[in-house]
Amino acid sequence: MLKQPTPETAPIVKKRVSDPLPIQMLLIGVMLLFFIGFIFLPLGLVFAQAFQKGWAFYLESITESYALEAVKLTLTTVAIVVPLNAFFGVTAAWAITKFNFTGKAALKTLLDLPFAVSPVIAGLIFVLLVGSRTPFGSWLGEHGIKIIFSTPGIVIATLFVTFPFVVRELIPLMEAQGRDEEEAALTLGAKGWQIFAKITLPNISWGLLYGMILCGARSIGEFGAVSVVSGHIRGQTNTIPLHVEILYSEYNFAASFAVASILVFLALLTVTLKVALEKQFQKNSFHH
Amino acid sequence: MGLFPIKRRNILPGFGLSMGYTVFYLSAIVIVPLSMIFLNTFPMGWEPFVHAVTAPRVLASYRLSFSTAFFAAVFDAVAGLLTAWVLVRYRFPGKQFLDALVDLPFALPTAVAGICFATLYSPVGWLGATLTRWNIEIINSATGIVVALVFIGFPFVVRTIQPVLEEVEQEIEEAAHCLGATRWQTFRKILLPHLFPALLTGSTLAFARGIGEYGSVIFIAGNLPMKTEIAPLMIMSKLDQFDYAGASAVALVLLLISFSMLLMLNAIQEWQQKEYR
Amino acid sequence: MNFEWTKKITLFAALALASGLPGTVAEAAGASTLLNVSYDPTRELYQSENAAFIQYWQKKTGQTVKIDQSHGGSGKQARAVIDGLEADVVTLALAYDIDAISDSKLLPANWQTRLANNSTPYTSTIVFVVRKGNPKQIKSWDDLARTGVSVITPNPKTSGGARWNYLAAWGYKQKQTGSAEKAKAFIKAIYKNVPVLDTGARGSTLTFAQRGLGDVLLAWENEAHLILKEFGSDKFEIVSPAVSILAEPPVAIVDKNVDKHGTRKLAEAYLNFLYTPQAQDIIARNSYRPRNAAALKKYASNFPKIKLFTLKEVFGNWRTAQKTHFNDGGVFDQIYVP
Repeated sequence: MLKQPTPETAPIVKKRVSDPLPIQMLLIGVMLLFFIGFIFLPLGLVFAQAFQKGWAFYLESITESYALEAVKLTLTTVAIVVPLNAFFGVTAAWAITKFNFTGKAALKTLLDLPFAVSPVIAGLIFVLLVGSRTPFGSWLGEHGIKIIFSTPGIVIATLFVTFPFVVRELIPLMEAQGRDEEEAALTLGAKGWQIFAKITLPNISWGLLYGMILCGARSIGEFGAVSVVSGHIRGQTNTIPLHVEILYSEYNFAASFAVASILVFLALLTVTLKVALEKQFQKNSFHH
Repeated sequence: MGLFPIKRRNILPGFGLSMGYTVFYLSAIVIVPLSMIFLNTFPMGWEPFVHAVTAPRVLASYRLSFSTAFFAAVFDAVAGLLTAWVLVRYRFPGKQFLDALVDLPFALPTAVAGICFATLYSPVGWLGATLTRWNIEIINSATGIVVALVFIGFPFVVRTIQPVLEEVEQEIEEAAHCLGATRWQTFRKILLPHLFPALLTGSTLAFARGIGEYGSVIFIAGNLPMKTEIAPLMIMSKLDQFDYAGASAVALVLLLISFSMLLMLNAIQEWQQKEYR
Repeated sequence: MNFEWTKKITLFAALALASGLPGTVAEAAGASTLLNVSYDPTRELYQSENAAFIQYWQKKTGQTVKIDQSHGGSGKQARAVIDGLEADVVTLALAYDIDAISDSKLLPANWQTRLANNSTPYTSTIVFVVRKGNPKQIKSWDDLARTGVSVITPNPKTSGGARWNYLAAWGYKQKQTGSAEKAKAFIKAIYKNVPVLDTGARGSTLTFAQRGLGDVLLAWENEAHLILKEFGSDKFEIVSPAVSILAEPPVAIVDKNVDKHGTRKLAEAYLNFLYTPQAQDIIARNSYRPRNAAALKKYASNFPKIKLFTLKEVFGNWRTAQKTHFNDGGVFDQIYVP
């Protein structure tokens, strides 16, 4: 969510109340312990296994043609899913936070719903909707349109799973910001589109970016739902996570973890991007 | 958040368009597909439905899924609050790296996470070897499931608390400090109530996600009927008998429970916001 | 909000969705691609078989073909085909799964009579894998029910291989004592010794071989050989029980899909190829029991003499076996309900 350019640079910070050093050390220590157990050890295991047969094998595994196909499919999926869900997130957050209407809480709950749906169910519902057993699915089949067990199915399942991320980030943020600025602009004669582009968008850019990053991270890693709608055809409908699973099932552990490490790098890359942008943002910093 | 809580009129433009698109997209991606669960459950009739969702094994799996997800959410709430606090308030080398790693559970496919934990805690694994010597069993037990779910739900809590904590006005704390409150008092009396809604949202999301989690759990749970079988696995095993209706029925119950939980949460938040204003 | 933007995004989405289609259409038009939907342990087998068939077909007709593979749990794969995965041929772990496909009218009910040997060009059986030196002295099915023996086998509800394991144990006891009651008690005693039920055969293998759980793993014979190869014959050994089940993983053409793709001839040739001496040799090399006597003889050391009984002898057919034992409320459920 909004990573404000915290007033760390302002002089007031020096006087800011902070925890005594021993407490700081203690809390950081406890956190590190948690990170070691739940983040570093799994991460270490991924890399230890990925490199157990050496660099050459690692490079070979991640540049092998099926692996590249999987990377391509995953990136295609992300490239479609993130903009669609981001656009929706902005629209829905605008509707929900800038206007009063009844049923807001229910609508917000519906937006959250995909978080609470088991990935297994998330895959299943699309099979039930457009699988060939259904009238709709068989109609599509007769017209040569394939959704499930091909790329569109994977995209749609991923859309569902990552649906709430952007809007979830934006709603609290836009609620906190209120609508004074927009309304003021309106009374000054600005057009709707201008208000959005000149006022709202700059105000929410960080939340939007952050939501998109989370959405992207989840899209590249989604396994359960995609696994149900993929069909597991090698080189065609395998995303990176599915390819990891296949390699693992073939007892090809080193290659499997090598491909899994691509995902770790992708995740780190997106977050590094965020940090870099944040710095840039702080430099060109402005009002507060 | 003005001082004068006047009921506002909607004067900004674009309500129809944005609302229309919201409802359209929501229906296309979420509502219509999810309604398939209902449509596939209805034909089976009331009696078989009740029978399917109250079979002893199914009930045991609900109990397991809900209790492990609950413990994991509580653990995540504590760990997440602590992590958010440290990441927002303290400055130390490597902070941004840790901050970045918080999202790892989102990006790492759940199956990989499951395999990692199963390997780590196996009797020959890095951690399992020691734990086995102390007779602590993690894999193939409910504890193992909690471990996997803590990992899966962690980012939800951190990422909901972080922005709120960043926006807490330092002046309040400073005022409390000037008035002679200790750090602990300030935290408990002022900060915690302020953070509570975010904490609740984060852990509820972690909880909801935990109930449905499948990929990582099946590797570490043991999957013994009546003991370590989670609810999503019941759906899977029904599907493998080509029992689409039965699977939908179990899914429907999970869905309804999760939905009402989220609804309650959002209602609490609406109410709190009104209090706050 | 601006209409242009909405339009652009919608257009983009439509394009994106459409971009997934051309591949599909091309695939349907060309008759030179087959999709073989199979279960987990056959990955290595079909890698070799496909290469051999492509060469064979090229030599015979001059046509270059491509064979796509999809692997997964047998039941899941069957469901995918039912729900629209356009498999030209299915090669699954048990007849019940192909029966389910025929129930949705994708192939005729008599599919199993269309090819020789019950449509099973290769068979296998269930054997034990134990740790080197067999420290628990596990020799027969009865040893699995002993207290203190930890048995690793997957969940019969989600794994085809696990159903063969279960039926093998049951059949052994029922044939020995002539009593279904005793067989049930026996099965119950065995599953009491099972500390973890993975969802698939490969999951169980990993639990046993990589995570060091259990004293004995119940596995397909072909998987057992693969485990020795992958994880080291210095760590594990195979114990063949005196009696076991003849596991018949069948193959079939999915009529509706081959007719749609125009690949019937190719698909038939592909399945018939599996019965040729060349293919049978590959089958035996991958530790599946071949139908061809010459191939069996050549690799005889891989296949110790086990008295094999068929599913038909003890259980009638797959539909009854599935219904009595594995469906909800069946025998397998009963042994876990207190």
